[in-house]
Amino acid sequence: MNIHEYQAKNLLEQFGVPVPRGYAATNTKEIQSAISDIGEEMIVVKAQIHAGGRGKGTFTDGYKGGVKVVKNSDEAHKAAKQMLNNTLVTAQTGPKGRKVQTLYFTEACDIEHEYYLAIVLDRESAQSMIIASTEGGVDIEAVADATPEKLIRLPISPTMGLRSHHCRSVAFALGFEGEQVKQFSRILTGLYKMYWEKNAMLVEINPLVKTKQGKLLALDAKVSFDGNALFKHPDIHSLRDLNEEDPKEIEASNNDLAYIALDGDIACMVNGAGLAMATMDIIQSFGGSPANFLDVGGGANEDQVTAAFKIILSDPNVRGILVNIFGGIMQCDVIARGIVAAAKNVDITVPLVVRLEGTNVEAGKKILRESDVALTPADSLSEAAEIIVQKVKSTT
Amino acid sequence: MSILVNKNTRLVVQGITGKTGTFHTQQCVEYGTNVVAGVTPGKGGQLWENTIPVCNTLKEAVNEHGANASVIYVPPAFAADSILEAIDAEIPLVICITEGVPVRDMAEVRNRLDAKSTKTRLIGPNCPGIITPGECKIGIMPGYIHKPGRVGVISRSGTLTYEAVWQLTQSGHGQSTCIGIGGDPINGTSQLDAVRMLNEDPDTDAIIMIGEIGGSAEEEACAYIKENVKKPVAGFIAGASAPKGRTMGHAGAIVSASGAGTAEAKFSAMEDAGVSIARNPSEIAGALLRIYKG
Repeated sequence: MNIHEYQAKNLLEQFGVPVPRGYAATNTKEIQSAISDIGEEMIVVKAQIHAGGRGKGTFTDGYKGGVKVVKNSDEAHKAAKQMLNNTLVTAQTGPKGRKVQTLYFTEACDIEHEYYLAIVLDRESAQSMIIASTEGGVDIEAVADATPEKLIRLPISPTMGLRSHHCRSVAFALGFEGEQVKQFSRILTGLYKMYWEKNAMLVEINPLVKTKQGKLLALDAKVSFDGNALFKHPDIHSLRDLNEEDPKEIEASNNDLAYIALDGDIACMVNGAGLAMATMDIIQSFGGSPANFLDVGGGANEDQVTAAFKIILSDPNVRGILVNIFGGIMQCDVIARGIVAAAKNVDITVPLVVRLEGTNVEAGKKILRESDVALTPADSLSEAAEIIVQKVKSTT
Repeated sequence: MSILVNKNTRLVVQGITGKTGTFHTQQCVEYGTNVVAGVTPGKGGQLWENTIPVCNTLKEAVNEHGANASVIYVPPAFAADSILEAIDAEIPLVICITEGVPVRDMAEVRNRLDAKSTKTRLIGPNCPGIITPGECKIGIMPGYIHKPGRVGVISRSGTLTYEAVWQLTQSGHGQSTCIGIGGDPINGTSQLDAVRMLNEDPDTDAIIMIGEIGGSAEEEACAYIKENVKKPVAGFIAGASAPKGRTMGHAGAIVSASGAGTAEAKFSAMEDAGVSIARNPSEIAGALLRIYKG
């Protein structure tokens, strides 16, 4: 789960990491008080969306830049008016962009140098990895590609945790001296504590800046949490912003279904994540284009299957549906009854191809045959994919 | 004719009295797996379904009932603790079926598994389990799709494994052992570990490896295959059509925003290692049978 920059900075502050003073606002009244509370000439106005590249982004009405440094409060109001409820397109949002519903106003600071600092859980080594660089404020992947020697990587054992010597060694590698080594160590300690205690998968400060006054500050922050650990952290779970998610994906998660919206026109409904991906792949290999990933899981009931049909049909691009079930725990007769029930509740107006295999397959096929649901049965995954791709093509 | 589990396996079920544990224990007993005990703290001394003794601790199941493998069906919040209890009891094999274990918990477990004093191998979490057809089934896979034979199958996915196994069985080729290593980013047994074991097993003649996008487990296994494996190997990677930066159902199935862990990179590693590739998931057995006559 991802959160907004202002939420990440509030958390960082709680863990002792200094950030520029700032206020979030979602409407004209809040904007008014945020700008007056900053009380400085120079103000930074930042669009809050779950995607990077905001500064270089463009709004759909042509207004440029989702991050603006302005010289006075009038300009701050002007920038805010342009950004709020406007749609920002960045390198990470895709062409549709994201609607900006929250703005963040912060004090500006005199930057002497920009650094990069992050902690990620490295899946291959099962260690936490500190990643730091003197080249901050830019895309760190680009730094890693062009100048890998400028990336400092330090593994931290999950059982031993972060120690003082780790902090010192990263501080010295970044070229800090004297008082700044202490400042940096406090920042890294706080960052690690937050990462560990809140079950984060990634905490990233980019840039971490040294001001002309010699102070270290987190100027931007990105945090991503382990969805499987949210049950431990209601405070983090409450930071979820449903505005940032596809409504179909929200509906799916409410029904315990794993659904991801894609750009194609052939919807799929599958049990198991690996088989669901493979089903998308085979649609593509026959020249079709998958409209979604959907794993109904191992124990889906009739209600979930009905919900799944409603969700995939609420996508206006869908022109055909492929159901692919390999019954293991999931029994084919259960899914067949689900399909029949769903067809009564949901108006299925596009071609439907169903492939059932595995536990209770004959009973499942019989239920479908004896129902009046308009569908084409298929015996193998290949056959099913080929038929649905042809049917969708012939309706174009 | 197998690795890790066979007719001598004496299974203990952690979480035997829960709904999931009960259902799958019944299935495994029906298949012929020798389930010697269950563990549910606080229910020690009872009999599960009037047949199998329930213990309070795993150590008790090992000491008093001679369990030499454990399967875990406990909820995600408690799964890591159950794995660690099994490691402390020095049981040789633990299979964790549970989906949704926090990654941080698994990072701690993996560090314990990697310690020199550890005597336990973990399979999973978030996996269908392991089966040596005709001898021992541990986990949630449907037994009847399998058939005893000499092809080893390794996979990060559940139902996709069933798909491949069914293709093998229908074409007349049985399996030595099928291992689901699980779809999580940090797990106990890697593709490489499983390939190595099947390569060293005298009763396995050929191997099928099914991977997914995300991480580099398949690439590591392929580096080993290239140098060490003379047996025919076929492979498939799920997720060629998946978008970047999205977790595709399995927590570990994600192509990073920077483009690491793609299906294409894994297919090329397979090709480089001489693995026969199935680009189409309905041709996984076919890809093996191109280079293996059985």
